[in-house]
Amino acid sequence: MIARISLRCAVLFYLAAILLVPVGLIFWRTFEHGIGPAWDAVTTPDARHAFWLTLKIAAIVVPLNTIFGIVCALAIVRHKFPGKGVLNAVVDLPLALSPVVIGLALFLLYGRDGWLDWLPFQMLFSTPAMVLATMFVSLPFVVREVVPVLREIGTDQEQAAATLGAGPIATFRRVTLPAIRWAVAYGVVLTTARSIGEFGAVSVVSGRISGKTETLTLLVQDRYESFDVTGAYAASVVLAMIAVATLVLLTIFKPKEERA
Amino acid sequence: MAADAAAVRAPAPSATRRLPVAEALGGGFIVGYLSLVVLLPLAALVAEAGNFRHAVTNREAVAALELTLVLALAVALVNAVIGTATAWVLVRDDFRGKRIVNAVIDLPFALPTIVAGLTLLALYGPRGWTGLNLAFTRAGVLLALLFVTLPFVVRSVQPVLLELDAEMEEAAASLGAGPAGIFRRIVFPNLLPAVLSGVALSFARAIGEFGAVVLISGNLPFKTEVSSVYIFGRIQSNDAAGAASLSLVLLVISFATLLLIGAVRRWATRHDRQD
Repeated sequence: MIARISLRCAVLFYLAAILLVPVGLIFWRTFEHGIGPAWDAVTTPDARHAFWLTLKIAAIVVPLNTIFGIVCALAIVRHKFPGKGVLNAVVDLPLALSPVVIGLALFLLYGRDGWLDWLPFQMLFSTPAMVLATMFVSLPFVVREVVPVLREIGTDQEQAAATLGAGPIATFRRVTLPAIRWAVAYGVVLTTARSIGEFGAVSVVSGRISGKTETLTLLVQDRYESFDVTGAYAASVVLAMIAVATLVLLTIFKPKEERA
Repeated sequence: MAADAAAVRAPAPSATRRLPVAEALGGGFIVGYLSLVVLLPLAALVAEAGNFRHAVTNREAVAALELTLVLALAVALVNAVIGTATAWVLVRDDFRGKRIVNAVIDLPFALPTIVAGLTLLALYGPRGWTGLNLAFTRAGVLLALLFVTLPFVVRSVQPVLLELDAEMEEAAASLGAGPAGIFRRIVFPNLLPAVLSGVALSFARAIGEFGAVVLISGNLPFKTEVSSVYIFGRIQSNDAAGAASLSLVLLVISFATLLLIGAVRRWATRHDRQD
């Protein structure tokens, strides 16, 4: 009894000290002087540009990675081909790589003297490279969420649909897709959160040009380094609110087996 | 008779009728997408790594790598203990607000790393609430790494704990084992693969962490500079080739960790697979 309560208290204390109090403090520090200064800090032209740039990048990256995720999961679970282990490893790779390394790889590819520096439009220090960097880091999530679900539901229903005369597209649309939709939703939320929150890789490839290639996360660092602490906190609160919304959505979409 | 036999056909080996064109397109899409997004950049990284010996063996690089590995290991070990304890509390205990606590565990996945770094500074930095000033210290870097790696062991152990058959523990209890003995000999061996998997994920994440660390550490060479920040510095100093060499070292370590996780998973599920 005592052991159980003390374990519970120890764990809760740790979580509070590492997670909750720091995040709560950001909200406190931001609004400590009232909503006015905080609101001003997030509605400057640079802040607004950063916000829309962040959303724009996410709006490109998330659908692409979702389509890729579903196609790749189908390939992994439903088809046999040589090199499946390699495919799995490559898809999982972004989770193990440092964001700075990812940014560097893109830098070497698209920068001056890079392999692809002959492209007619600007990639590096501009949105395209930032989109690619964000695609790289958020690649695995939909795949990894859909694969186990596809494995679990098996092919019975799809085979039944086939024997009833449904073509592959109809089967996909009416049997497979509805069965995986919660896994896809969960993966999409993770992908979106990762895209909005990406910092390291985007920091390397964007050049951090204020008002042009700064995302919300880069804006936080910029402001902090310019000693605009209130501004940094305000931008952080926006990101923290997005994070809380993410947590709520994740809890709603969580696969039933994982609920404690 | 023959007509009947022809009319009843067994379902195709794959779930739907095979469309070679669709499969080729799908395969091509996957290969093309991965090449553009992942493989081509990594190929450039590997090929452009230059000046390898100097980049990797100079004193600052070695110090950064040592610090990175030591901190990552420390974080992995702390997480092994606290993560398992947290998973235990979340699965076996019950209290008001448990659902919220369970949701909060995922916060490091949802919060941008730079914000995590800033929040820790607000609490543990100069003019922080706690009065402790951990900015520019290794302890500060450790805290930042603990934040970002918190969920891994917990989320790895939770499903295993959930599925653990209570019968084994009850049998042990009926044979006279105390709670500590039950944990040590029944529960823990079953949890070990999940704990190891979570530890490896924590480790891999910690060696590459950048955003959470970059503010609180102050990036003092030989004192609080970790490899990811050092690599960033090399890029800023126009030494992309050297940065790439160092990145290769980190890449190899990450890859080895990934392979280890895969091997642990396969070993752990060796009895479950129906090969």
